[in-house]
Amino acid sequence: MSHVRIPPVLRASAGGNKVVDIEAATVGEALRALATQYPGLQQQLWGEDGTLNRFVNVYLNDQDIRYLAELETPVTLNDTIVVLPAMAGGAAP
Amino acid sequence: MPKSYADILREVRGQIREVTPTQVAPLVADRGLADPSAPLFVDVRERYEWEEGHIPGAVHVPRGHLEAQVEFAVPDRARPLIVYCAGGWRSALAAKVLGEMGYTDVVNMEGGFQVWKSAGLPWVKPTVLSADQKRRYSRHLLIPEVGLEGQSRLLGSKVLLIGAGGLGSPAALYLAAAGVGTIGIVDFDVVDESNLQRQVVHTTDRIGVKKTESAAASIRALNPDVRVVGHDEMLTEENVERLIADYDVILDGTDTFETRYTLNDAAVGLGKTVIHASVFRFEGQLTVFTPFEGPCYRCLYPTPPPPELAPGCSVAGVLGVVPGIMGLLQANEVLKVLLGIGDTLAGRLLIFDALDGTFRELRLRRDPACPTCGETATAAREAAATPAAVPAVEAAAGVDR
Repeated sequence: MSHVRIPPVLRASAGGNKVVDIEAATVGEALRALATQYPGLQQQLWGEDGTLNRFVNVYLNDQDIRYLAELETPVTLNDTIVVLPAMAGGAAP
Repeated sequence: MPKSYADILREVRGQIREVTPTQVAPLVADRGLADPSAPLFVDVRERYEWEEGHIPGAVHVPRGHLEAQVEFAVPDRARPLIVYCAGGWRSALAAKVLGEMGYTDVVNMEGGFQVWKSAGLPWVKPTVLSADQKRRYSRHLLIPEVGLEGQSRLLGSKVLLIGAGGLGSPAALYLAAAGVGTIGIVDFDVVDESNLQRQVVHTTDRIGVKKTESAAASIRALNPDVRVVGHDEMLTEENVERLIADYDVILDGTDTFETRYTLNDAAVGLGKTVIHASVFRFEGQLTVFTPFEGPCYRCLYPTPPPPELAPGCSVAGVLGVVPGIMGLLQANEVLKVLLGIGDTLAGRLLIFDALDGTFRELRLRRDPACPTCGETATAAREAAATPAAVPAVEAAAGVDR
């Protein structure tokens, strides 16, 4: 099982979970399975053309998958996938 | 047999290596402590002599305190040291002691600062702190990496806070306390009761007051050394370059994507470092955008999410201490950049989880195709800057158009 870390902004769409464990061979497979399990995440993660939204960055452990094999990046047992959408959240106003 | 001063000096000079000012002048660095492998000038004169002028980047350890203080000022005994005083005598004795203490690469500068100065070599006069300032900043002055030179640098620095909110509040207070000489604040809002749960630079009796004025009042009460410049306006594409141009470092505490992109693009163009943070409920993120050294905001997120997918604090809420912690981590990065010490978070994203009490670090990279700081964008910016230079050259050459 690899662990997908759900960012705070998306937790409401993921049953309130902080981490979701998923059996998958690649990062893309894991994120598609995640959106299947929690349909509320579909629009947040995936564009209509089936590509990952550009305002969402995905890291395998601490590395951006854009600089690995993107969605084809293989995942192994106990890897952590970090999903990180751009956050507006400053603190003003 | 008793020895005279001349005997001692002769003996010592036979045991140490000596160089002339012109031999070592090329080794002067703007900031000696910043590069741990560069040769370091050690000034062993008295404080009043140091305050009259010294070699740039030198550390000051008076001869009388040499043995007691040098290990703190120069922990690395293998570092090449060039010791000097006014005429080269006290520093000869100092060089011998340093050798005995295990410093392996020590030379004495013959003729000292007098010869250095009369040869027209570079020297600087340190900002002299008042007695009040010495007391106020004494805990900084005790740290070798800050010291008198670093504190003077802070007093001469200008930091711009975009937003005097949850992130800007703690940063403003601690940067003011640290003696950052000029703090600019961009904020067009007024203090609201709901701000006070986290925006600690404001107070209950200033509800309804402009945030720039409220923050300035707190800063002045904390440290009268600090000049506060209030920019009571919204940061826009039209005013961003004017607002940031005069500042050394920008602290981004905004809460809209529009402002973040506007700030990013202008900061890259002007080569300004932006200390970036954002918060959401129990979590915060922090990184440093140093143009062309690390990624910029657009390298990370080329496009913002649609508004419906990006709730802000006013909708989602935030635990008050989270912007407090992240704002102070921003202030820490500001101080490191200003002092030229440590490793900034450029190229690293720090994620703080208040509930777990954990920090996670992710690696960030520059996107070579970035529309703001990528190669194509940089070339286009340079090309756009060139045509303006042509008429100037022509004008200088007397071309009649």
